[in-house]
Amino acid sequence: MSTYWIQNARIIDPAAKRDALGDLYISDGKFVATLSAAAKKRAKKIDATGLVACPGLIDVHVHFREPGQTHKETIATGSRAAAAGGFTTVVCMPNTAPVADNAGTIQLINDSVRRDAVVRVLPTGCITVGMKGAALAPIGSLKRAGVVAITDDGDCVQSNELMRRACEYAKMFDLPIMDHCQDHSMTVGAVMNEGVMSTRLGLRGWPNAAEDLIVARNAILSEHTGAHIHLQHISSRHSVDIIRRAKARGVKITAEATPHHIALTDESLATYDTHFKMNPPLRTEEDRRAIIAGLRDGTIDIIATDHAPHTDYEKDKEFDFAPNGILGLETALPVTLAILVRQEKFKLPFVIDLLTRRPAQLLGLPAGTLAAGAAADLCLFNPNEDWAYDAKAGFSKSSNSPWHGATLTGRVKTTFVAGKIVFAQGKIL
Amino acid sequence: MPWTRRHLLTIEELSLAEIGQIHATATAFKKILGRSVKKVPALRGKTIVNLFLEPSTRTRMAFDMAAKRLSADVISLDGASSSTTKGETLRDTAENIRALGADMIILRHAAAGSPLYLSKFLDIPVINAGDGAHEHPTQGLLDTFTMLEHLGSLKGRKVVILGDILFSRVARSNIHALTKLGAAVTLVGPSTLVPHWFTDLGVKVSHDLRSALADAEVVMLLRIQHERQSSGHFPSLGEYTSMFGLNKTRASWLNPKAIIMHPGPINRGVEIDSELADGDRSVILEQVTNGIAVRMAVLFLCSGGQPESVIPASA
Repeated sequence: MSTYWIQNARIIDPAAKRDALGDLYISDGKFVATLSAAAKKRAKKIDATGLVACPGLIDVHVHFREPGQTHKETIATGSRAAAAGGFTTVVCMPNTAPVADNAGTIQLINDSVRRDAVVRVLPTGCITVGMKGAALAPIGSLKRAGVVAITDDGDCVQSNELMRRACEYAKMFDLPIMDHCQDHSMTVGAVMNEGVMSTRLGLRGWPNAAEDLIVARNAILSEHTGAHIHLQHISSRHSVDIIRRAKARGVKITAEATPHHIALTDESLATYDTHFKMNPPLRTEEDRRAIIAGLRDGTIDIIATDHAPHTDYEKDKEFDFAPNGILGLETALPVTLAILVRQEKFKLPFVIDLLTRRPAQLLGLPAGTLAAGAAADLCLFNPNEDWAYDAKAGFSKSSNSPWHGATLTGRVKTTFVAGKIVFAQGKIL
Repeated sequence: MPWTRRHLLTIEELSLAEIGQIHATATAFKKILGRSVKKVPALRGKTIVNLFLEPSTRTRMAFDMAAKRLSADVISLDGASSSTTKGETLRDTAENIRALGADMIILRHAAAGSPLYLSKFLDIPVINAGDGAHEHPTQGLLDTFTMLEHLGSLKGRKVVILGDILFSRVARSNIHALTKLGAAVTLVGPSTLVPHWFTDLGVKVSHDLRSALADAEVVMLLRIQHERQSSGHFPSLGEYTSMFGLNKTRASWLNPKAIIMHPGPINRGVEIDSELADGDRSVILEQVTNGIAVRMAVLFLCSGGQPESVIPASA
């Protein structure tokens, strides 16, 4: 295994509150404090002048479509997109075909991960059988098979009673419950945010309240059961407020925001471009601002992408009929830097924290740190490099990104997983 | 000013001058409809396809008739007979129609934005004949054409649109046309069907029929679909009628010269009393007739015709 000497990087390690120019050493797949003189001589040297060195990024919300929808993405292609985006750990949602509601499917996913993945890919299992919201999935067996959380992702559990039991039951295994907060009765046929834009465009609206109700329900159930509920992709300003108040009471909830919800609003839908169609939908400027404020004060804990690949021909439809979702992994870092660092003047180490230490902590993963002895998962990026993003030339199998063709600032140069370079010079190694 | 637009997708994107050009061209074509030979050779040799992927009788017949009055060849396809029922995408259906040699596609579709979507990849004109709850531009044009015939000008005139506004493409197209023409528009109906978001489009929203109808010079009724009852938008058709149906008493609140409009199909006894629908203030059938002239104008202009070639110089 190679020894690396990364020289003259701006080292940002939120876990150690470190932000300084310096060198990093990797030996035997781990970070080490220093190298012997002999080892330094042998080490592969990487000139990181002008680059940031931070823990490999962690995304707790991706869709890799395997098994069953491998025309959109696979664990092989999705993990390559992750590596190219600086991510070294990703957590896959269970809405595959079949859905991951049993240990056998988790084992199948883990077999593919071992065989095909270039980054760490961790599965989640369903809360309910078939993701149908009617009966609990075998959560204990899922845990034993290796899931890091349970979630019915896009099919939010509607029954409060079942959600309560899921919380109580999952707590026994210390499994977080991730919830896509959506009251289905209020969003029948809805394809975008309800408001001025949906009124103008004549599209069915998905009101903030449909998210707010379930966010409030989850805060109440988390408080009632003591279970950890993680609220996925918060999009509504009122939800941010509900989470803030619940957290102030000590309720064990966490929340994520996506790069697209902090960067875009429903004004982008004016031309019915399906690359701006996702669930939850893009909302208003007021909502966008509230989410950013939530990230600033810690109400929202982390950034996650909801990387959701769909083929060109699936997205190339009437707006009502196109599937929800956009790619996220290859654009998450530059988009987040553009909004949070350059526009909103967040400190870079704080933003790195949202993408590394905090998601690791949220799921109890041994990652998100540059500490000596930790697995050498590392991202080297140039925060100032401009580059043209061509989604069709990306590593994902799909190219459904609203940023296709855009010039982005901030580019991942090298990604290490366990001390091995998996992405460098624009190539997967 | 020459006409430059190839597609007619929305009224929102039209300028006041363009609306004027369509109306002026329609006036010229309307004269033809009164002759014994109701046909001009303007679009001879052109093939127009009516692609109606959602049920329609009036609009489809009016487009059909308009194209025939202009001597175009017309082919009409509806949802049930098209390949979309076999899973073909709209893009593929449209590109096949283009490959068959169509010179223009008139699209009616349940999905908002679909005419814009077609216009992005087709090199022939696309005419929106109604897209979901978005727009129905020729309806807005024929409605304002009819109002202008009766009122002369719409500047500052009080127009009320009454009914299911939320789900109505007719309402949206009329809102855009009327605000551009300077009318003072009030939307009226139950709060569930007339959300406050509409005020952003430059109109008033009211749930009080009496104050809204007072002195109005035009009242346009929209059809109430009973499906809205099961989706919880109002308790019952009976309650709707008792709160918002237009009857003789309520019509007396209008300006004495007011006209009563409806894009059809009408539900007699629900949104409007039968007597009023047939009364002398009703212009409902004039709207239908004007629909042909306005659609002739749209087909003619979007095929490359110029207003000057049909409008007498004195006009």
